[in-house]
Amino acid sequence: MAELINMPKLGFDMREGKLGEWVKKEGEPVGQGETIALIETDKASIEVPAFRAGVLHKILVPAGDSVPIGVPIAVIGEAGETIDLVALGVTKTAAKPTAAPAPIKAAVEPVARVEAPAVAAVLEGGRLAASPVAMRMAGELGIDLRKVAGSGPAGRIIKRDIEAYLAAQDRAAKEAKAAPAPAVTPPMAIPSYEPTAEGYRVVPLTGMRQTIARRMVESKTTAPHFYITVDVDMAAAMTLRGQLNALLPESDKISVNDFIVKAAAVALKQFPNINASFAGDEIRVHEQVNVGVAVARETGLVVAVVRECDKKPLAQIAVESRELVGRAREGRMKPDDMVGGTFTISNLGMFDVDNFIAIIGPGQTAILAVSTVKQTPVVKDGQLAIGTRMKATISADHRVTDGAEAAKFMQAFKAALEQPLRLVL
Amino acid sequence: MARMSVREAISAALREEMYRDERVFIMGEEIGKWGGTYAVTRGFLDEFGEKRVRDTPIAEGVIVGAAIGAAISGLRPVAELMTINFAFLAMDQIVNHAAKMHYMFNGQIRIPLVIRTVGGGGRQLGATHSQTPDVVFAHFPGLKVVAPGTPADAKGLLKAAIRDDDPVFFIEHATLYQVKGEVPEDEDFMVPIGVSDVKRTGTDVTIVSYSKMLQVSLEAADKLAAEGIEAEIVDLRTLRPLDIAPVIASVKKTNRVVVVEEGWRSFGIGAEVSSRVTELAFDYLDAPVRRVAQAEVPLPYNQRLEQLALPQVADVIKAVKDVMYLR
Repeated sequence: MAELINMPKLGFDMREGKLGEWVKKEGEPVGQGETIALIETDKASIEVPAFRAGVLHKILVPAGDSVPIGVPIAVIGEAGETIDLVALGVTKTAAKPTAAPAPIKAAVEPVARVEAPAVAAVLEGGRLAASPVAMRMAGELGIDLRKVAGSGPAGRIIKRDIEAYLAAQDRAAKEAKAAPAPAVTPPMAIPSYEPTAEGYRVVPLTGMRQTIARRMVESKTTAPHFYITVDVDMAAAMTLRGQLNALLPESDKISVNDFIVKAAAVALKQFPNINASFAGDEIRVHEQVNVGVAVARETGLVVAVVRECDKKPLAQIAVESRELVGRAREGRMKPDDMVGGTFTISNLGMFDVDNFIAIIGPGQTAILAVSTVKQTPVVKDGQLAIGTRMKATISADHRVTDGAEAAKFMQAFKAALEQPLRLVL
Repeated sequence: MARMSVREAISAALREEMYRDERVFIMGEEIGKWGGTYAVTRGFLDEFGEKRVRDTPIAEGVIVGAAIGAAISGLRPVAELMTINFAFLAMDQIVNHAAKMHYMFNGQIRIPLVIRTVGGGGRQLGATHSQTPDVVFAHFPGLKVVAPGTPADAKGLLKAAIRDDDPVFFIEHATLYQVKGEVPEDEDFMVPIGVSDVKRTGTDVTIVSYSKMLQVSLEAADKLAAEGIEAEIVDLRTLRPLDIAPVIASVKKTNRVVVVEEGWRSFGIGAEVSSRVTELAFDYLDAPVRRVAQAEVPLPYNQRLEQLALPQVADVIKAVKDVMYLR
């Protein structure tokens, strides 16, 4: 029997997807789980596996077109089957994108402002993690689960989250009544500017640039950032790295960044408040230490998440990180690779930078900007000497943490790197 | 109403039924002269005589086999197996004969037999004498399996079992005999077989249990109430036929389930209840169903290890907090 393949939901904030490439052609046989197409979301290019075996009868959305999630993109069925698109419920218009992507400067509804930042967990295949009763309540009450923050294990949305969401909406409705038309600028609106110079060419925003623009404005306008810089003596770490890598095959070599990820995880374990999310009326301290590593791509930036870094040995972090970053560079990330981060490291060490500061990812409390490891003059025992140093700057959300705590966190981070043997124990 | 122990309630049920119907008689190891290992039938030999109170050889297959024969021939035997651990010796008689003859002989035969036996751990009797294999017997269609957790239910269910025309496997618990409670004195007071009972009402979590673990769950519920958590407790009372409706009604209210059983977790009561809950109330669950059960080892003899292996009040409290996502 012929069945429709719909545009899958590949991330909790995905609203539409762009057909990047059809891997299978019309009429080609397809095995269950085999990749039939590549979807470009606003973050990455993701493989769409066939949910069943059969023949790819008809492609409904050509490569390059974008459609909202849930819209049929293809028909799969048995070999030799006649396909009746109308019987399958496909109208001609459904196959074509009807509107341009919604402009991101669209006004935000007042209700949207009270929503807690969604930290709902996304399961493999892009499903939201929610308990059955939460799903049923959301269905009955017409609640979009993507807007609900999950407080269960690993972000599972449970009944009390739905109740909290309803209560928040209630409060918002009452406030809106009490103070009609507040003159507050929606925090996520992004102003556009008339060009001041004559002559320009128009570069349309890619999905990824839209996402970066939205998330960075959201972070800088809602999270009060403060910054602390430390100078880390990397001599011991560089020596140890050399010794370790002499023993390891090329494929398993450990990078400076792997040391930094592990050191951050060790420090986060000591200061769990840095490993947290600000959620409106509460702070959620995460149980897992999932360190995101910002990866630069030609089209923008993605964050690959190495899970439970506190529990994994350095060598394992190195292997996983290499694989994740590789997938990220090739634009073939899985939805799981990008979600669930509780802290981020942005490393511009390869660009010979002295120091820089980063913008916190929404939903996290801090980001660590690490710069190049350099030979530099240092004063040691009253004498000038040549030191091996690296600057690291934390940007932290003052709603969650304060200067002293962040400074102590940086001390712990620095200590971990300066006595690197502890990282391999 | 009279306040009595489970032991007194079971004695009273037997005595009342033996006076009411002269076809009712009891048989088993050391039930006559000795008065029963748990003193349930003390004085019965003098009261009813040797014809109706029969000491048997130490041969469980013979006890159940003879009782089946007596039941087929028109009597209403109550056979006692000293502990449920010895019922394994009579397994063929119980599951191949008692449970199936009515079915296999086209309904021509009825077996109004009650097998009374004692299960459960916690008395340092060692791994072979401390088991709670209730599910083994509840597995077989054709057998009714009853396991009361209060004096009133013990009396009412035993009277219903004796008056039932089919074989009933009646499981008492070794550590419940002293538990006291209010028991109706009416001679026709019965608790129907196959009806679960809500023993405590609450709104936050459903605890499903029976027998000794009912008492453990009730104690846990009192402690939880002090913390502001109201548990609803459903007492299964009968394992076959299982009455799941009150559990489902409760889950629809509380959205969370903890099943507390004394036997081992694997393939147990918790597995059965959990499965039925997902079949019948999936859309009402807010958390995975949690099982509290015995550690999966032969029960240790050492007192502390034995208590560690058996489900305790603290285990129930922890499971309740888990399904409520509390820490």
